[in-house]
Amino acid sequence: MRYAETGVNLEIDLSRGSIEREATDPRLTELHLGGLGTNAKILWDRVPPEVDPFSPDNLLIFSTGLLGGTAAPGGNRTIVSTVSPQTLLMAYSMMGGFFAPELKYAGYDKIIIKGKSPSLVYLWVNGDKVEIRDASHLRGKGALETAELIRQELKEPKAQVAAIGLAGENRVLYSSIEQGRSSASRGGMGTVMGDKGLKAIAVRGKKDLNIARPGEFMKLCNEVLKYIEFRRDNPIKGVPPILAGLGSPQEMAIYDEKWHTTNFSWGNARIRRKDFWTEETEKKWREIQEKAVERLVSCYNCPMKCGAVISHSVLGVSKYMMKCYSKLTYVMAAMTDDLEFGFEIAGRAQEYGVDGYTTPQVMAFAVELYENGILTDQDLPGFPSKNEERFFYLLDKIVRREGIGDVLANGVYRAARQIGKGAEAYDHNTIKKQEQIPIKLGMLNPIYYIMWATGEKVNITQIEGQLPQEPLPTKELREEFVRDWIQIPTGKEERFKRFVLEWGDEDKKLPFWPPIDLVCELVEWQETMHYIDDATGICAGLSSFPLKPPYHIHNLPHIISAAMGMDIDEGKLWEIAKRNRNLLRAVNVRRGLRRKDERPPEDHWRKRFPEFEAHVHDEYYKFKGWNKEGIPTKETLNKLGLDYVSQDLEQRGILTNEKG
Amino acid sequence: MFFDPLKNIYVPVLAGEYTEAECNGRSIYTINGKEYDECSFCRASCPSRELFKEPDSDLPLKCDMCEERSPGEEPLCVQWCINDALTYEEREEEGEEEGKLKEMEVGLESLVKKYGAKTVRDTLARIAKAKD
Repeated sequence: MRYAETGVNLEIDLSRGSIEREATDPRLTELHLGGLGTNAKILWDRVPPEVDPFSPDNLLIFSTGLLGGTAAPGGNRTIVSTVSPQTLLMAYSMMGGFFAPELKYAGYDKIIIKGKSPSLVYLWVNGDKVEIRDASHLRGKGALETAELIRQELKEPKAQVAAIGLAGENRVLYSSIEQGRSSASRGGMGTVMGDKGLKAIAVRGKKDLNIARPGEFMKLCNEVLKYIEFRRDNPIKGVPPILAGLGSPQEMAIYDEKWHTTNFSWGNARIRRKDFWTEETEKKWREIQEKAVERLVSCYNCPMKCGAVISHSVLGVSKYMMKCYSKLTYVMAAMTDDLEFGFEIAGRAQEYGVDGYTTPQVMAFAVELYENGILTDQDLPGFPSKNEERFFYLLDKIVRREGIGDVLANGVYRAARQIGKGAEAYDHNTIKKQEQIPIKLGMLNPIYYIMWATGEKVNITQIEGQLPQEPLPTKELREEFVRDWIQIPTGKEERFKRFVLEWGDEDKKLPFWPPIDLVCELVEWQETMHYIDDATGICAGLSSFPLKPPYHIHNLPHIISAAMGMDIDEGKLWEIAKRNRNLLRAVNVRRGLRRKDERPPEDHWRKRFPEFEAHVHDEYYKFKGWNKEGIPTKETLNKLGLDYVSQDLEQRGILTNEKG
Repeated sequence: MFFDPLKNIYVPVLAGEYTEAECNGRSIYTINGKEYDECSFCRASCPSRELFKEPDSDLPLKCDMCEERSPGEEPLCVQWCINDALTYEEREEEGEEEGKLKEMEVGLESLVKKYGAKTVRDTLARIAKAKD
């Protein structure tokens, strides 16, 4: 019997219209747990580097995590993986909500989509009964609208639907897959779905999951819940309100947006408005938010309420759900002080199905090109004068790939090169051809340098976590922070605590402090916790992202062991995360990723230290057991049981026998 | 719980006493401008409601207040709802305790209703005789 997982993947070939159930190898669960780990394994085995993102041979995988759908709080993430049309590397994007648990109850761990349908279709997974259905009547429909129409058509109000909008159908390179309160937005997951002619997947399941040692498992889950309550009553002191609690930053519940609005850059990632947040703004924004937010909502089996229903009573869009920073991405990129505009355009963008990080930046980039005469009235006929209206104008053009929209739909990196005339200089916030969060800071932070440069996620919020982002202001606050800091890995307690205690002292300032070995260890801790979550399907908001989370390296091995029946300890779990990390890196290395690609934007920090950065970079690669190009060495791979990977890399001449 | 946040639908699924047949009362109530079917509030585990069936066996579900737990301990649903949407409180039982039928009597009563007292009595007698 399989525990926690179903042991079955659904294999769909849209070219042939075939549907198959494949029993999976339990040994892979032992090696990779599931979720992102087994997704990477499938992409390594079945999608060779020659396969283009838009080839029928590219796979689009919807995966649950190992703990998804179990009683483990927050076990609800869907991990979507494919070869990204933006980065041309393996990308993974994750969404919360209710899709993954429903898929488990339908009897599947993953849906693996291959091929391309000749006409637009949707997939209906109703337990054992799976159908590919015509979706021609849904062409051009919004993502949320599509979900509702499908539920009505199937007469199944409880079906969970993940759908693309117009952008995905038109292969806008940064299209998202929307699922109500959550979306898989990064890396063009919706683009590949649209390319495959798949409008939506609807899922309904009524089966049970088996847990190996249920009594023990429930007890551990109860402890997690108790800690969530404890953290609710004990927010972290000395950090901004949106970072003090658990979950994704509580931007639907909290009005104080000083941290984002004064630390992140406005426009095309250009200007920091350090004095933006005033009492008056807070009052105005609070009023708008109180009107717009109808109620707060949760994801499956989670007591946090990170999302909100945004009401249409004040806006020109239908009701929708949102969470976190998407409240501000459009506002700040458009350089407007009007929060209502943000709620309005985010709703429209969600129906179209576009990434809420990338899209505003592409539009801000276009506005900047226009203001600098690189794009003209010929490119933008009838371009309005107000930024808010310009953004609606551009959004409509982009999702339809109309006129200049056809170019902008390819993202900042590609559009800059297509437009030419010096437009490349305005592409200053992409890494690996993908738009990043608009942060431009003063002093280089070596910890963040490594994470921005080398993270396979190419998205800082899914790499960072656990650590305060700035020194805690007073000695007392630092001491209080480290007092009950139980989340630190075994053996690192003293070093990590000392880091928090000392950071900010006179001689303990960035960038030449902390010592490089500590930089490496702190980075590895942060990313390892994410790799565990991405395999278990536990939401990062309860685990790898916030300060002092309820899930950590000490309870996770027990929770996983009780759920799946295989006994793992801290060291073994760390090793699994490391295996997944290296396998993912190998997939990307095989697709051409090299050190030259691993660069944060030039202006990410004002004060840069090229030689020092190169040194830290070298040391980090060494620490990971990678060579100077960032390629895992044969020794590293073989130690993790990835001999087949090192052999393949050797055969391709990517790994040579020479040292380094 | 069945819910659709975008339509503002939040219907709790209550697993109360089993009833053998659907009722006739289907009044519509309007609360805060929203219409609710009487079914939404009914606790009965009734044949018309698929939500009350155990998916594998198709048997009707009835809440047993997590009877495996020690007496007085909160049922799991309440314990897990740390936002306090669900609470657990003991209430004084209204009405007379003795008027309550035991489990077997409920079953027999419904058999009597369906087949008539005479048939049930005769059948019982026959089974009892065969077992002797």
